Amino acid sequence: MTEAQATGADLWRDAVLAARLFAIDPHGLGGIRVCARPGPVRDAWTGLLRPLLPKGAPLRKVPVNVTPGRLLGGLDLAATLDAGRPVAEPGLLGECDGGVLMLAMAERAGPGTAAHIAQALDRGVAVAERDGLASTVPARFGAVLFDESLDGDGAGGDGGPPPVLLDRLAFMIDLDPVSTAAMGDPPAVRAVKRARTLYPEIEASSEISDALAQASLALGIPSLRPLMFALKAARAHAALDGRRNVTEADAAAAARLVLAPRATVLPSPPEEAPEDDDPPPEPDPPDQDPPDTEDTPPSEEELIQALADMVLAAAQAAIPPGLLAQLKAGRKTGSGSREGKSGALQSASGRGRPAGLSRGRADRSNRLNVIETLRAAAPWQPLRRNRSGDRADDDSGLGRIQVRKDDFRFTRYKQRAGTTTVFVVDASGSAALHRLAEVKGAVELMLAECYVRRDQVALIAFRGETADLILPPTRSLVRAKRTPAGLPGGGGTPLAAGLDAAEHLAQAIRRKGQTPVIVVMTDGRANVARDGTPDRAMAGADATLAAQRFRAAGLLSILVDASPRPQAAAERLAREMDAIYLPLPHAKADAVTQAVAGVRTSGGR
Amino acid sequence: MAKPFPFSAIVGQTEMKLALMIAATDPGIGGVLVFGDRGTGKSTAVRALAGLLPKIPMIPGCPYNSHPDSPVEDSLDDSTTEGGPPPAKDMPVPVVDLPLGATEDRVVGALDLERALAEGVKAFEPGLLARANRGFLYIDEVNLLEDHLVDLLLDVAASGENLVEREGLSIRHPARFVLIGSGNPEEGELRPQLLDRFGLSIEVGTPDNVKDRIDVIRRRDEYDRDPAAFVKAWARKDAALRRKITKARDALDKVKVPDPVMEKLTALCLALGTDGLRGELTLLRAGRAAAALDGKDKVTVDHVKRIAGPALRHRLRRDPLDEAGSSVRVARAVQETLG
Repeated sequence: MTEAQATGADLWRDAVLAARLFAIDPHGLGGIRVCARPGPVRDAWTGLLRPLLPKGAPLRKVPVNVTPGRLLGGLDLAATLDAGRPVAEPGLLGECDGGVLMLAMAERAGPGTAAHIAQALDRGVAVAERDGLASTVPARFGAVLFDESLDGDGAGGDGGPPPVLLDRLAFMIDLDPVSTAAMGDPPAVRAVKRARTLYPEIEASSEISDALAQASLALGIPSLRPLMFALKAARAHAALDGRRNVTEADAAAAARLVLAPRATVLPSPPEEAPEDDDPPPEPDPPDQDPPDTEDTPPSEEELIQALADMVLAAAQAAIPPGLLAQLKAGRKTGSGSREGKSGALQSASGRGRPAGLSRGRADRSNRLNVIETLRAAAPWQPLRRNRSGDRADDDSGLGRIQVRKDDFRFTRYKQRAGTTTVFVVDASGSAALHRLAEVKGAVELMLAECYVRRDQVALIAFRGETADLILPPTRSLVRAKRTPAGLPGGGGTPLAAGLDAAEHLAQAIRRKGQTPVIVVMTDGRANVARDGTPDRAMAGADATLAAQRFRAAGLLSILVDASPRPQAAAERLAREMDAIYLPLPHAKADAVTQAVAGVRTSGGR
Repeated sequence: MAKPFPFSAIVGQTEMKLALMIAATDPGIGGVLVFGDRGTGKSTAVRALAGLLPKIPMIPGCPYNSHPDSPVEDSLDDSTTEGGPPPAKDMPVPVVDLPLGATEDRVVGALDLERALAEGVKAFEPGLLARANRGFLYIDEVNLLEDHLVDLLLDVAASGENLVEREGLSIRHPARFVLIGSGNPEEGELRPQLLDRFGLSIEVGTPDNVKDRIDVIRRRDEYDRDPAAFVKAWARKDAALRRKITKARDALDKVKVPDPVMEKLTALCLALGTDGLRGELTLLRAGRAAAALDGKDKVTVDHVKRIAGPALRHRLRRDPLDEAGSSVRVARAVQETLG
C-alpha cells in the first residue's frame, strides 16, 4: 500500500467514525463539514450515513441558492390562490426535524442562508416572519455541509463555508484525498442503534472534561462550542463501544475528530506560526511525555495533566500539515460577506437590496412580488366580484381572486455598487517590511472610511517564489487588524505570480457581482519566473505576459511605484497592464488611500 | 419551545450581565449591543433575560401590549369592546426576535391579507414592532441585517412610534422597545448610525481559564439534557435577580448624582472626545441604574468606572491606525480622570 493510500484509508476511517458518532445524536452534535467534491467516495459516504440514522429520519438535500421563504416556510402561492386565503407552506428547516439537512456547495452559502440554519441549530426551532405569516416549528436536525472549495486554488479560492455554520458543527472530515480503493466496508448499523439508547445515560468524569478543556485552550480554540461538541463526541464514542464510562481513548478520539481541525496554534514548543511553507513541526515534543513513573502514586493533578497531554497529543497528531499556514492566510476561516451566487455570471437584475416596490409591467430588471400584488388586489375583491357578476361561486375555485394589471407589484432592486480593492504588494527585497506596513495601514484606513458603502478590501503579498492571499476580501476592520503586519521580507520578486494571483482573485470578485480594483505596489523589476526559477529574463517575460492578461481582462488597476526614484520598468509594466501609473516615492498609508480613492471616484481613465 | 437558559447560570460575562440588567431597569437607556466572537453565549444571555424580567400590566390580547391606563386605539378595527375600563393582567414582558430574512411587511405590519381576501375587510395586521412595544426587540447577527430594515428600525427607535403608510392604510402606533443586537465583528462592521443608537456596547470573549470553560459546558450540558430540571434548580437565583430589578426600577428616580461625580463624568467624556452629549447622558443614566441595582441612593465614582466602557467605547472617533482598541482607550481615560 502506498503512503497516499494509507492516508486515504485513515481519512476514510475517521469519516466513517464521524458519521457513526453523528448518527447517535445528530442535533446534539450539530453536524459534519465534509470536504469533498461530488464523486463515488462522497456518494459512498452519504450512502452509509443514511441507514445509520434513526428509522424514518428525514435526510433532506437543500440547494445552496434556496430562498429564505423555502427555507423557513412562507406563503404557498398555488394553495393561496386556490383557497382565497393565505395558506402556509412548511419550510425545509421544519421538514428536516429529527433528521439531517444536507447542504451541497456550502462554501457558496450566503450569510442569510447560513444565519437561518445556524439559528435553527441553536434553538431547535425554525422561526419565520414572512409574507404575512408567523410560524414557529420544531427543527431539531443535524447539518451535513459539503465543502467543495478548492484549497489549492491559489489566491482565488472560495474560502470555505460560512464560519457561523462551521462553529456549530462537531466534525470536520476530508474525503478529497480518499480513493475508492481506500474505502472499507460499511459499518454495522446495530452498534449505532444500541449506542443511541445508551448515550443519554453516559457521563464523562471531570478528569475527561478537564483534559478536553485544556486541550482546546492549548490549541487556541476560543469558541466554547467545539469543546462542548468534543465532550459529547467522547460520550458518543463510549456509547458506540457499549461502555458507560468515558475513557482516555474516547477523549483522544474526540480531540482528534473535533478539536484538531480547528486548531489555530500549535502548542509547545513555542513556535511562531509557520511563516514558511514547511509543514508545522510534528508533535511529540519532549515535555509532552507523561509524568515520570516513580514509585509514589501520581497525584490527581498529575493524572489530569497526563490525561490532558495525552488528549492534546492525539489532537496534534491529527492536525494536517499546512493547515496552520492556511489558517494564517485566513482561507479556512472564510471572509466577511459572501452571497451565494452560484458560479456563473449573473445579470444585474434581482441583485442588491430591495429598494421598494413599483407598479407597472414586468421587464427583466424587476421581479414580481406576489404577496404585495395580492395585497394590492385584496381591497378591490368585493367590487370586482360584483362587477363580474360574482362568478366566484360557480367556477371551481378559479377566479376567486381577481387580479388586474394595475395590481402587479414588483420588487425593485438597488444594485449595490460594491467595490473590492485588491492590494498586491511586492514583499521582496529590503523595503518589503516598510511597504507592507504602509499598505496594511492603507487597508485599515480604507476599511474605516468605506464601511458605510460596504466596500471590501483584500491583500496579496508576493515574495520568494509565490504569492499569498494574506487578507481575503473583507469589510471587517477587526479582521484586517488581525492579519500579520510583519511577514518575512526579502527573497526574489515573483512578479508574474503576484499578478496572476491578483487576476485570479479579481475574476472571483467579479463572479460575486462586485467590481474589483487592483492596486499593485512594486518597482516592476521581476527576478523570479512563474515556475520559481530565479531567472531575470524569464521572469521579465512572464511578468509581461501576466500584465497582458490583466489588460485583456479589462481590470481597473493602479500601479504604485514606491521606490525612491520612479523606475522605468514599473512604468513599462503599467503600460502593459493598461494600469494607471502612480509614482509615489516613500508611499505613506494615507497617500496611497487618497490616490486610490481619487482614481476610483473619477472612474479610472 | 423549552424554557430559556437561566440568566443566573451564565458563567462570568459580568459586563454583559450588568448591561442587560441596566437595560431591564431603565428601558430608556437605548438598548444594548453585544459584539463578540462565536461561541461566547451572546444570544443565550439575551434569551435568558426574557425569563428574568418582572411581569408588567397589560391588556390581554392587545396587539400593541398596551398598558391598561393608556390603551392604543385601533383606528381600523372596531371590534374592541366598548365602555368600561379594559381588563388588565400582569403578563410577561415581550422579548421579540427579529429573525434575519424577515420581510418588511412582517416588521412594520401590513394589510391583513386573510381578512382582506376572505371578508373584504381592510384591517391592519400588526407586525413585530407592535409585538415588541413595551418590551425588547432582539436582533441576532445585527450586522447582517439588510440595510432597508436597519433604516426603518433607526427611525422607529428614535421616534418610539411606528408609522405605516401602505396599501391604503394609514396607521400610527406606539413602538417603544429596548433594542438588543448581537453579532460577530468578523462578519462585518455595523453602520455608525446604528452603532450610535445603542446605549451600551459590550465586547464579549470566551473565558480563557479551564475552570470557567468547564463550568460553562457543564451547565450547558445539564441544561441540554433536562431543561426543566435545570431551570428549576436555578429558579431561586433568578428570582433574586428579578427582585433586584423590580426594586431598582422603583428606586431609580430617587438615585442622586453628587456634583463631584457629575464633574468627573464630564471630564471623562471630554478626555475621550466623545461626539455629542449622548455619551454623557448614557453614562449618567447607566450610572443611576447601576447604583439602583446596588441598592444605593447615590451614584459613586465606582459605578461610573464600571459602566464607562459599555457606555462610551462605541462613541469614540475612529482612529484606524491606533492599534489599541476603543476599550483600551476608555480604560486608559478612566484611569487618568477617575484615578
